[in-house]
Amino acid sequence: MSARGFNPMRFGIYLLLFLFLMLFLVPVYVMLISSFKSFAEVQDLSRMWLPPKEPTLESFRVAWFGIPEKGLRGLSLNILNSFKLTIPATIISSLLGSMNGYILSKWKFRGANLIFTLMLFGMFIPYQSILIPLTRVIAAIGLGGTIWGLILIHVVYGIPITTLIFRNYYAEVPDEIIEAARIDGAGIFGTYWHVLFPLSLPGFVVVIIWQFTSIWNEFLFAVTILQRPDQQPITVALNNLSGSQIKEWNVVMAGALIAALPTLLLYIILGRFFIRGLLAGSVKG
Amino acid sequence: MSQARKERWTAFLILLPSIILLAIFVYGFIAWTARVSMSAWDGIVPDYTWVGFENYNRLFTKAGGVSAIRFRIDLWNTFFFTILFLLGCVVVGMFLAILLDQHVRGEGIFRTAYLFPMSLSFVVTGVVWQWIFAPGAPGRPRGINALLGTLGLEQLQWPWFISTESIGPFHLALIPLIIAAAWQMTGYTMAMYLAGLRGIPEELREAARVDGATEVHIYRSIIMPMLRPITLSALIVLGHISLKIFDLIYTMTGKGPGFVTDVPSIFMFETTFQGNHYAQGAAISIIMLFMVAFVVVPYLVTSLRGEVER
Repeated sequence: MSARGFNPMRFGIYLLLFLFLMLFLVPVYVMLISSFKSFAEVQDLSRMWLPPKEPTLESFRVAWFGIPEKGLRGLSLNILNSFKLTIPATIISSLLGSMNGYILSKWKFRGANLIFTLMLFGMFIPYQSILIPLTRVIAAIGLGGTIWGLILIHVVYGIPITTLIFRNYYAEVPDEIIEAARIDGAGIFGTYWHVLFPLSLPGFVVVIIWQFTSIWNEFLFAVTILQRPDQQPITVALNNLSGSQIKEWNVVMAGALIAALPTLLLYIILGRFFIRGLLAGSVKG
Repeated sequence: MSQARKERWTAFLILLPSIILLAIFVYGFIAWTARVSMSAWDGIVPDYTWVGFENYNRLFTKAGGVSAIRFRIDLWNTFFFTILFLLGCVVVGMFLAILLDQHVRGEGIFRTAYLFPMSLSFVVTGVVWQWIFAPGAPGRPRGINALLGTLGLEQLQWPWFISTESIGPFHLALIPLIIAAAWQMTGYTMAMYLAGLRGIPEELREAARVDGATEVHIYRSIIMPMLRPITLSALIVLGHISLKIFDLIYTMTGKGPGFVTDVPSIFMFETTFQGNHYAQGAAISIIMLFMVAFVVVPYLVTSLRGEVER
């Protein structure tokens, strides 16, 4: 293959890649142009695919603060709820997964593989099949309708995936290092704390990104557990915004952009680790 | 107690909280739901009177009336949604991975763009694609229909997700939903195939080239067969997502006119949490569990066996 001159094959490859690039970006384009339009302009359907005539940040202001006199809630409170929910749930489930993954890769006992498989099943179940008892139990222990209840739920159902990712990650750490620590007299916790934990940073980055993204984006648990609008996370609030009677599409698109931004930024900055989590999620990483 | 035995116990004790939590929250709750599905619980107050399989009967036989009609549509919708969604993700994902594998410049930019929808919530995807596919009123086309109008392709305009047309049991209204879901998840298969392609040693291709094989031939006879395990993993992961998909459909269309975009998860949600027909909702969710287990359990069992042998 010559590096110089026109090569139709290479040209075709780039053309296709570029076409798909455009195709994948269509929703982003629509979201951006609509969110910078005024309400009057977004209603002009003949201009739907055209950029705004006079770009304005008005729709972002409305999406963020709402219009109290029209009963339209802003998303600022809900985005705060999402952070309050996602950060603790992510940290706790990552720590749990790290300990579990450590035991299941370095301290296997009889039946450990069976326990691991039974754990993994929890990752695949349709959550509808546990939703009725779940709402009852969460209410019975006094966490109904609270962010705390939702944190507990995300910690519990996060165990399978965080354990899986850490187990795969620790499997790459040579057993000799663990053996050496044991010979030096370190116990289970000592070995974890002094040997494995310091090596765990890349594993934690993968798991934290994965959990942050899934919990931030989750909808089903949030919509069933949290009925009060001031408690709901951003996904539920966005859904309500798009389903409300006052349908201002510029505001809805601005809201969608606001809801998407945190995970999008995380992905753009730390994409490498995001992909690693993605591949680990396919059971046999 | 010997040192080794003591350590094995400690190891088990560290796992114990997680084991107990999952035993309750997964297996215990499934059993509880199964029990509810065989009860007469209809209304806000729990009622565990045993009715056997009556709730299931009402989903599958004429006795169920509208419920049975709706559930039949749901199963067909799930079937077509899953088949077409998987097909789209696997074909386009593999195609993009092969393109990116040709030592292209700016690979990172393309990869980032194909993958970014995965970082979004299905709710965001649903909201945005709802705006894109909304058909508008006759004479006032919106979304894609407006674009088609501008391009002079009025004959291609149709009602998209509010269309009640169908080919056999396949509702055409599902098409926009399948496109939205595939838009979000194709990057996943692309990433998996790309990782697989990168794992194939260059020497293998070189050897084939020396033997006079063309690039197309190398892909067809050497590389594609080696990617088969990846396809299987992707089908399992995407398949279980598809069988229980909820958020995307809930935000984008809901059940649609005449249940054209209804799926079991929407039916379950409305029945249980809006209609308070708990026993009926539980029965739907147990059927969903069986559908997913049918796909996932054989895969988990094979993975477990493979590990024990190693």
